[in-house]
Amino acid sequence: MRHKTFFWFFLPTGLAMLLFIALPIVSVVIQSIYAPHPAVLVEVENCTPLVGCTTETTIDQDATAALRAEKPLGRFVGLDIYFDRGHLAIREVREIWANTASWGDMFDAFGNLPFYRAMAFTLTFVAIVTPLTIILGLVIALAINSLHRHLKGLMIFFSLLPMIVTPLIGSLILFWMIDSRGVIGTALVSMAGDPDFSLKASTGLMWVSLIVYGVWHAAPFAFVVFYAGLQTLPSDQIEAAQIDGATRWQQVKYVVVPHLMPLVTFVALIQLMDNFKVFEPIVGFNASAHAQSLSSFIYNDLGGETRQLSSASATSVITIIGVAILLSPVLVRTWRDFKGAR
Amino acid sequence: MFLKKVALAGSMTAFAATAGYACEIGARVSIVGNEFAAIQAVGAAAQECTGASVESNLTSEHQTINVAGLSGNPSEYTTAIIANSSIVALMNEDVIRPLNDLVAAHGDGLQSNQLIKIGDDIMAVAFMANAQHLMYRKDVLEQAGVEVPTTYEEMLDVAKAIRDQGIMQNPVGGAYKAGWNLAQEFNNMFLGYGGSHFQPGSAEPNINNEAGVNALNMMKALSEYMNPDFLTHDSNVTNAEYRAGNVAIMNMWGSRASQQTTTEGVLDEVKAGHAIAGPMTVGGGSTPASTLWWDGWTVGKNISDAEAEATFIAMKNGIRPDMLNDETSPLAVWLIEGYQPTDAAQGVFAAAQMGTTPYPMLPYMGLLHSALGNELSDFMQGKESAEQALADVEAAYRAAAIEKGFLQ
Repeated sequence: MRHKTFFWFFLPTGLAMLLFIALPIVSVVIQSIYAPHPAVLVEVENCTPLVGCTTETTIDQDATAALRAEKPLGRFVGLDIYFDRGHLAIREVREIWANTASWGDMFDAFGNLPFYRAMAFTLTFVAIVTPLTIILGLVIALAINSLHRHLKGLMIFFSLLPMIVTPLIGSLILFWMIDSRGVIGTALVSMAGDPDFSLKASTGLMWVSLIVYGVWHAAPFAFVVFYAGLQTLPSDQIEAAQIDGATRWQQVKYVVVPHLMPLVTFVALIQLMDNFKVFEPIVGFNASAHAQSLSSFIYNDLGGETRQLSSASATSVITIIGVAILLSPVLVRTWRDFKGAR
Repeated sequence: MFLKKVALAGSMTAFAATAGYACEIGARVSIVGNEFAAIQAVGAAAQECTGASVESNLTSEHQTINVAGLSGNPSEYTTAIIANSSIVALMNEDVIRPLNDLVAAHGDGLQSNQLIKIGDDIMAVAFMANAQHLMYRKDVLEQAGVEVPTTYEEMLDVAKAIRDQGIMQNPVGGAYKAGWNLAQEFNNMFLGYGGSHFQPGSAEPNINNEAGVNALNMMKALSEYMNPDFLTHDSNVTNAEYRAGNVAIMNMWGSRASQQTTTEGVLDEVKAGHAIAGPMTVGGGSTPASTLWWDGWTVGKNISDAEAEATFIAMKNGIRPDMLNDETSPLAVWLIEGYQPTDAAQGVFAAAQMGTTPYPMLPYMGLLHSALGNELSDFMQGKESAEQALADVEAAYRAAAIEKGFLQ
C-alpha cells in the first residue's frame, strides 16, 4: 500500500487513539508528578451530638482555595511519589540492601513493602496462568474440533460459559464454594479432618484459587481463537502426514501447532497484558489480605475516604511501563518476523 | 414489578394522608448515602416531597462516589448522607456548604444538638447516633454458666468456656475483614487501651506504642475464637453468622440491633436468645473500647441556591418528628425530637453514658484508617510481630500524608 493511501486510511483511527489513549496517558503522567498543596490547618471548636464541643483540627478552606487558584495543578514533586514507600520504595530498598545479612531476611524485608509484594503475586500469576491458558485452550479446541458436527455447537456454547459470565460474578461463585461453609470448603474440612482448616485463611491456597480462577476464566478466549485457526488448517497437510504414518500426537506437534503459531503469539500478548492487570478475582475473592496487584492498589487509592490521585496516577504509569516490559520480547519477535517477511 | 410500584405508591399516599404533612419543593433533590434500614427510612420520607423530583442512590459504596458526585457544577448529587468519618473527606475537598442561612430560614423543629458545628459554620444536620457494642446469646451464656462480660478479658473467658463445653467451636464474631473493618476494630481497641492516634496538634502518627501493641494482641487473642475465615468477614457476614446460630458473642454496630431478630430466616433460638449490652472496656481502662458515631446529611456547594433550599426542606422532611412510628423507631438511636428509645437502643445509649470516644474527625484520619486496613492483616495471620505491623502502618501513613500535604 502506498504511504499516502495508508495515511488517509489510518487518520481517523489515529485521531481517535490520540484523543482517547495518548492524551489520557499524558494527563496521568502529569498528575503523577504533581501532588496537592500543603494543607493549611486551623484549630476550631467542633460541636457534635452526645459529645458536646471539643477543639479539633480542620482544613482552612479559604487559604487552601487561594493556594489552589494560584497553582491549580498543585505542587511539583517530580518523581518523589514514584520513589515513596507505597511505590518503588527506593529509600527502604537501600536500607534493606545495606542492613540484611542473608538472602532469606532480604526476601522477608522485600515482602513487607507493598509494591514488591504485589509484584511477587502478579508475576507468579502471569507466569502460571498465561501458559496454562494457552495449553488448556488448545486442548479444548482440538477436542471439540474432533467431535461429531451435531455436538459441536452445544459444546462450544458450554466451553464459552466462563467467558460469558461477568468476571466478578464468576469469582464470587467460586468464592462462596470455597468458603468454610461452602461446598468445596466443607469437603476440604472433612478431608483434612481439621475443623479449623480454611482455604481462605492460607496465602498459598488463596493464590492457587486465584490462579485456578484465572485459567478457568481465560481459557475460553484461547479456545475460540485456536478453534477458528483450526478451521483454516489445510486438510491435504494432515492427509499427507497420515499417509507418512504420523501418529495423532505427531500430527498435532508437527502440523497443527506450527500452523497455529501466529495465533499463539496473539493469545500470549493479550493474556500477558490482561493477567498483569489482574483485579476482579482479588476483589471477588476478598483476597486483599493475601494478594495484591497494581490494579488493586489503584482501586484502594481511589476508594478510600481520602482519595490519593497522585499515588494512583503513579501506579498507573508503573503499570504501563510494566506491561511494555512484559510485551517487549513478543513485540521484538513480531517485528523481526515482519522484517523477515518482506 | 408494576404491582409492587402500585402497592408502594398506595402505601405512600396512605402514609402522607395520615401524617397530614405537606412538603413542597421547587427544585431537584438528589441524595447519595449509605445503605442500611435507618437511612432508607430517611430517604423514603424525603421522597414524599412533591413539586420536583427527589432521587436517592443509597449504596454501601457511597463513600467512593460522594466526592466525585458532589464535585462539578452543577453536581450530580445535592446532598450526601454521611457519618463523622466521611464528612471529613467532603470538607477536605470543599464540596459541601455551610447551612447557617438555611437553618435560620427553615430550621424550626431541629434540636440544637443535631447541628454539627465546625467553628462558626453548621456543616451537617445529624439524625442518628451509632456505636459498636456487645450483642450476645443469653441462652448460650446461661448454658455455659458464665456472666455477661463487661471487659474484653471476660469475653475471652466466656469464649473459652463456650468452646471447652463443646457448645460452639467458634463462638466469637467480629467484623475483621481486611481493610476498613479491621482498621475500625483496631481503632476501638486502641482507644480502649487509652491510645491517641496522633501526636497532639500535629499529623504525626502515634500508634506504634504500648497501647497499639496491646490492642493488636487482644485482637489476635479474640480471633482465635472466630471463624478461620475472619479476615473476609465484614459486618454483613458476621451478622449472618450470628443469625444462623454460629456465633454467640460479638461487638457489633448498634444500627444493626433491631434487625438481628426481624430479618428473614433467623433461627428461633437466636430470636429468643438475642440480647444486647453496652460496649466493653479493655486492659482495666474506664473508656469503652468503641467509638461514638453520628449520621447526618449535608448540602452540596456546587448547586444553585434554589436547589440547596429544596434539598434542605426535603431532607428536613426526611427527619421530621412524625416520621417516627412503630416501624421506624427501633431502626436507630434517633436524635429527632420526640424519639422514645426502644430496647434496641440501650447499647448505644450505654456507650454515650460511659463516655465512649467519638471517632476522630481529623482531615488526615482517613489516610491512617486506610493504612491500618492495608497493613494489619499480616499480623493477624501471624506473619509478623505487632511492632513490625505498627511500624509498617506508620510508614504507609507517612508516605500518604506527605503526598496529600499533611506532613512535610
